[in-house]
Amino acid sequence: MPLKYSPVKIAATLVSVAAVLAAATSCSPTPEAAESKSLKIVYQKTDSFTALDTVMQDAKKEFEASNTGVTVDLQPIQANDDDYGTKLALAQRSGDTAPDVFYEDTFKVRSDVDAGYLLKLDGYLEKWDDWAAFSEAAKEAGRADDGGIYAVPLGTDTRAIWYNKTVLQKAGIPVPWQPKSWDEILTAARAMKAADPDVIPFNMYAGKGTGEGTVMQGFYELLYGTDSSLYDVDAKKWVVGSQGFTDSLTFLKTLYDEKLAVSPAEALDANVWKKVFGEWFPQGKLGATVEGSYTPSFWQKGGAYEWAGYEQVMGVAMFPTQKGQDPGGVSMSGGWTLAVGAKSKNPELAFSFLTTALNKKNALAYDINNSQIAVRTDVTSEPEYLAANPFVKDVSDLVKVTHYRPATADYPRISTAVQVATESVITGKQSPEDAAAEYDATVRKLVGEDKVLEK
Amino acid sequence: MRIRRFLRLLPVVPSVLLLLVFLLAPVAWSFYASFTDAALSGKAARDPQWVGADNYVRMFSDDSFPLAAWLTVVFVAASAVLGQNVLGLLIALLMTRSRRAVASWVGTAVVAAWVLPEIVAAFAAYAYFNRDGTLNQVLGAFGSAGPDWLYSFPLVAIVLANTWRGTAFSMLVYRAALADVPRDVTEAALMDGARGWQRLAFITLPLIRSSIATNLMLITLQTLAVFTLIWVMTAGGPANASTTLPVLAYQEAFKFGDIGYGTAVASVLILLGMVFGAVYVRLLREQKS
Repeated sequence: MPLKYSPVKIAATLVSVAAVLAAATSCSPTPEAAESKSLKIVYQKTDSFTALDTVMQDAKKEFEASNTGVTVDLQPIQANDDDYGTKLALAQRSGDTAPDVFYEDTFKVRSDVDAGYLLKLDGYLEKWDDWAAFSEAAKEAGRADDGGIYAVPLGTDTRAIWYNKTVLQKAGIPVPWQPKSWDEILTAARAMKAADPDVIPFNMYAGKGTGEGTVMQGFYELLYGTDSSLYDVDAKKWVVGSQGFTDSLTFLKTLYDEKLAVSPAEALDANVWKKVFGEWFPQGKLGATVEGSYTPSFWQKGGAYEWAGYEQVMGVAMFPTQKGQDPGGVSMSGGWTLAVGAKSKNPELAFSFLTTALNKKNALAYDINNSQIAVRTDVTSEPEYLAANPFVKDVSDLVKVTHYRPATADYPRISTAVQVATESVITGKQSPEDAAAEYDATVRKLVGEDKVLEK
Repeated sequence: MRIRRFLRLLPVVPSVLLLLVFLLAPVAWSFYASFTDAALSGKAARDPQWVGADNYVRMFSDDSFPLAAWLTVVFVAASAVLGQNVLGLLIALLMTRSRRAVASWVGTAVVAAWVLPEIVAAFAAYAYFNRDGTLNQVLGAFGSAGPDWLYSFPLVAIVLANTWRGTAFSMLVYRAALADVPRDVTEAALMDGARGWQRLAFITLPLIRSSIATNLMLITLQTLAVFTLIWVMTAGGPANASTTLPVLAYQEAFKFGDIGYGTAVASVLILLGMVFGAVYVRLLREQKS
């Protein structure tokens, strides 16, 4: 009786299979069809941030229609800002995974230029007529230490106090409300607490959970409203030991200790902002918070937390300086850009896609959908843009008192040190003085003695 | 003769190669990176510099590292050596004496936590310990307002969660070991008038010694590496109160982009695992002789 599976048969089968496989894999590569190129586009998309995805989908259609043979490969990363930055940086470490065009936070531009991730665009920008339409201040967003431009801004933003008029009126505070100093904020918050103990009167983000939001929508509004600052631009040094830093932490401590803000546990939750926009404001459980000019994008039609009638309920105010000193108010600006990968195999094509994504039509749509402050002068004058929501003018006016983060390469780590200080204070782990001292020590360690300044 | 011996080793070659490439190479790279200032961004990303033992020096002058090392030891001791190990043994002992139906019910309930993917178990634990979670709802039903566990007692919460999740493994190991204890020995002890706890301490435990050591080694190494559970439940917070070494390594390398320092922390973690492993291996050896 012959074996059903003789060793010889098995061997023969294996050999033939191997031969087929070898033939399949060792085919000489067919010559590339002319112009069959693909571009990898990496950007951020979340359930509450789809405006950029829309722009990219439109740009892909336009671009593929006018460039036959080119495939635009959209690769949205679903992650919060912090994780998005991490994933992007990891992808950029190798030429095989690096994107051709990507969405980049302004404060990371310099650091990523140093890392060799971004392509210098000066040569390309010269030939792009639309570049003249960008405001001078906006052009600076993509400038690196060598004076070259490496990224083109999508839009910018400011920060302000967003308040619920109903909650304030219940506490007998007249609206429109415009506090003139930190003390006036505390007075109003205490009045709200007294009127309704269940209300969160005045929230400011703190701790590592909310990441960059903690400093941009919170601590810096305090610090830049004192007579101190984070960084001395002229001396190019980081400021340590400043009274303003301790005062700002003390203000946060007061806010959290008197239960005028959210509970520390809630503050440390990375998703607390979703509750701010999605639950507390619409349900009238929150008096005020410091948030970005893009706030209406969450509530308008098609936003993540649609809220019909938010225009009537909500008001916006400038964040005051500590004691009302000039210029009377403070705001922070950031914003995001598009950049071309330094390792891109088709830089010309990649830049061409970038210009499509940022043309007037797409920029206008993006600025409206995402409540961005436009950086193209031809968009700012569009009636459609000005009528996007009732707050456009108010938040655009804050550009007069706004500050930008020091976009140095070591900034991201300094930012983390600030977040750690706020976390230590609101959790009661350290006093404002001790937390400030620890921050100073951390900064010295990070940047070295020769880059700090006692003020 | 030599050739034959060599040929015998031949089938092992592919697996050894795979181990070298996929396991040892990353470990070696990570150890190498810990002596550089490699980073995700900035100049060091383009051109990492050799910085010698700087990362290790910084580690011991940094407040967060000693705290993380201590928390890791506490976490392992409380949730693995005490929690999973003792609870697993206890359940296994009780199961040998209980009725079959009861034993299989209990066994299923315990194993259920273990077969869940880690991320699912982590979210289940998060939902349980959350301020408005199951535990506080139950406490509320009895009229006592529970604290915010994840904020006020983060370490307790992750220790309990890891104990819940891992006890099944120890239970299974000890059930198998107890089944191998010869009946006649325990019966002889019974005839001599040994009480329950005496039989356990002087007969059963010494007989399953090697299982205990093996189990301890496995769960220690598993618990040292627990990341997902802690990351989902507390993300290492509040103010680093539940940041164990794996969480610290992740934060430093990927959140702050400091690959050099992150890999240094990871290297210490590997060394810690080796020390534990070596201790248990010695214990096992002593028993054999």
